Amino acid sequence: MNRYTVSLFTENFIGILNRVTLIFTRRGVNIDALTASESKEDGVHRITIEVTTTEDQVLQIVKQTEKIIDVIKSFYYKDDEVVYQEIALYKIPISSLDPGLEKVIRQYNARIISAEKEFVVIEMTGHKEDTKALLEILKDFNILEFARSGRVAVAKPMGTIEQYLNN
Amino acid sequence: MKDSRIRGAEIVIKSLVAENCDYIFGYPGGAIMPVYDALYDYADQIKHVLTRHEQGAIHAAQGYARVSGKVGVCMATSGPGATNLITGIADAQIDSTPLVCITGQVASPLLGTDAFQETDVVGFSMPGTKWNIQVRKAADIAPAIAKGFHIARSGRPGPVLIDITKDAQNELSEFNYVPCLGIRSYRPYPIVKDSEITAAAEVINAAKKPYVLFGQGVVIGNAEEEFKAFLDKTGIPAACTLLGSGALSEDHPQYVGKLGMHGNYAPNLLTNQCDVLIAVGMRFDDRVTGDLKRYAKQAKVVHLELDNAEIDKNVKCAVSVLGDCKESLPMLTEKVNEGKHDEWLAAFRTLEEKEKSAVVSLDLLPTKIGLTMGEVIRYINDYKKDDAVLVTDVGQHQMIAWRYFKYKTTRTQVTSGGLGTMGFSLPAALGAQLADLSRQVVCVVGDGGIQMTIQELGTIMQTKAPVKVVLLNNDFLGMVRQWQQLFFDKRYSFTELDNPDFVKIAEAYNMKATKVTERENLSDTVAEMMIHEGPYFLEVVVEKEDNVFPMIPTGCSVEEVRLS
Ligand SMILES: Cc1ncc(C[n+]2csc(CCOP(=O)(O)OP(=O)(O)O)c2C)c(N)n1
Repeated sequence: MNRYTVSLFTENFIGILNRVTLIFTRRGVNIDALTASESKEDGVHRITIEVTTTEDQVLQIVKQTEKIIDVIKSFYYKDDEVVYQEIALYKIPISSLDPGLEKVIRQYNARIISAEKEFVVIEMTGHKEDTKALLEILKDFNILEFARSGRVAVAKPMGTIEQYLNN
Repeated sequence: MKDSRIRGAEIVIKSLVAENCDYIFGYPGGAIMPVYDALYDYADQIKHVLTRHEQGAIHAAQGYARVSGKVGVCMATSGPGATNLITGIADAQIDSTPLVCITGQVASPLLGTDAFQETDVVGFSMPGTKWNIQVRKAADIAPAIAKGFHIARSGRPGPVLIDITKDAQNELSEFNYVPCLGIRSYRPYPIVKDSEITAAAEVINAAKKPYVLFGQGVVIGNAEEEFKAFLDKTGIPAACTLLGSGALSEDHPQYVGKLGMHGNYAPNLLTNQCDVLIAVGMRFDDRVTGDLKRYAKQAKVVHLELDNAEIDKNVKCAVSVLGDCKESLPMLTEKVNEGKHDEWLAAFRTLEEKEKSAVVSLDLLPTKIGLTMGEVIRYINDYKKDDAVLVTDVGQHQMIAWRYFKYKTTRTQVTSGGLGTMGFSLPAALGAQLADLSRQVVCVVGDGGIQMTIQELGTIMQTKAPVKVVLLNNDFLGMVRQWQQLFFDKRYSFTELDNPDFVKIAEAYNMKATKVTERENLSDTVAEMMIHEGPYFLEVVVEKEDNVFPMIPTGCSVEEVRLS
């Protein structure tokens, strides 16, 4: 088992996310994280899915997703073939604010993005291991809430979806 | 100025006319009534067949599509009408049958409110359709239908579902039909690569014992001639899958039989002896391969396939040729050497003799008292025309009929292969018959399966389709009973049937009906049936506990094929 990033370019068609995830469901492959957004091409959306599975399985899944009429192209990458980031938000009670916390924030290159009456929200982007490490530390500061996004990823290989669309 | 707009319901019908649809198989209801109302004015352009159940409608559309090569069209109302299509949708998807299913839906303001007869049929059918869509505006109907037909029939064909809300059917809009010629995200026919052809030819030219397996891809690609030309040049023996039957005449000198669990002895056994296996338009279904770990391990596999997802899915190949075999086969034929494989072919013929004496002659020329399913098919062969279509249901009779029916021409095989849907054959035979009224259509069905859609005898009555229905009655769910006998210690758990008087039922539907219980009456009755002008119902009482052999039990290797 390995960690893979599946990257799909799709038309912006109703139900496309459903169709894509059904392929994973049917093969019993759990989706670790998922993000969906526009791409730089007009009307082309991209879905990024992180899974832990075998290469055989991820290859089959990619081929099956490409059979979906509104999927333009799918790819899969190992971790060293993508540049990726995740964003994490941590909600900390005001009462936990102390110089120790400030040091942690600096050390992790995190930042406070909102200060409310009763809490502050700290933001950090990075790989899962990094945002998780910060989470562990913030547990000592009575963290109230934690949320992490799926991967936002771009591929290292230089092919682009435009090249694919144009030939 | 006169308003040139028409109602969405009429747009549905005009769009179908624009796609050359000549038959709709369907069943009306509240949410599709505007379309039915519009259909009333188009009776001269589109014939509608009222089946007795929506499952019958979709199976009829499947039979129609398989024989005609066109897109089958069926229609149903929302809710229960739509969900009754689901089995057929799954069946068409796995057997690559082109269908456009049109369903009515509750009015769009009611969507998501659990309104009367609302079901999320788009959600229900999403994993089973090649594509589906809900249309909520009259203006979107024609483009959806155009796209639907394009998707259903192109590339690897499949079922498409178009769900149309009632308000869209009633809304007025301009009608302007633009056929769909392409979709940005969809490339149905990958371009065949020269490099792959060259690589495939190299492997084939180096082979000592090459062996071809062909499937329905040859039929779907209309590549029968191209396929035959490849065989004629190379001299390679060829065996077919269940759905590939008919793509090559069984009279061809290199035809060696049928593959799979109940296929022929030689083609299964020798799969593990060839050095190069050339798969054309087939997908290595588990009913063909048996245990994958012991399947053709000695062979280099060359796979000609349209659907990229099938390549390396079950069997890893040495060379794959992605693309339509109509295109790739002639390219390959040009590059392969002329050849003859007499010795290798003889190996098939030797084993064929073994199967003949161990199984075939007992099936076709039985010495015991009880009638066999095989001898019934033997007489059908005697009296059938070359292009007669065999439609079968699912079970022992399906495998026996397939094994012994002499396929001479293409599009003569209609059965539920991938899904194995009991109840398929009676409505599918009706659709197959309406696709070509001049052809003989023989429906072979078991006593279990016929009772799943027996009400379609009513549709046959109403359309007067001259279908020949041959019921092989063993008073058992025979195929399950066979498994119980072989693998469950003869514990016949709920497989015996108390059956009605089928002949009376058929007669009640105004069908000429006969029951045969004695061997001496069989030949004449089959002859009478085959020349009868209208529909005909023949019940043959066969041996209660006969088995289908050869057989590759589940989990076994193709070389463990059993003759008894
Ligand atoms: C809808 C459906 N339900 C159950 C089955 C499982 N099944 C496969 S063959 C078979 C028995 C078929 O019996 P019958 O129609 O009498 O045909 P026979 O095998 O006796 O020729 C059954 C129950 C099936 N294929 N389809």
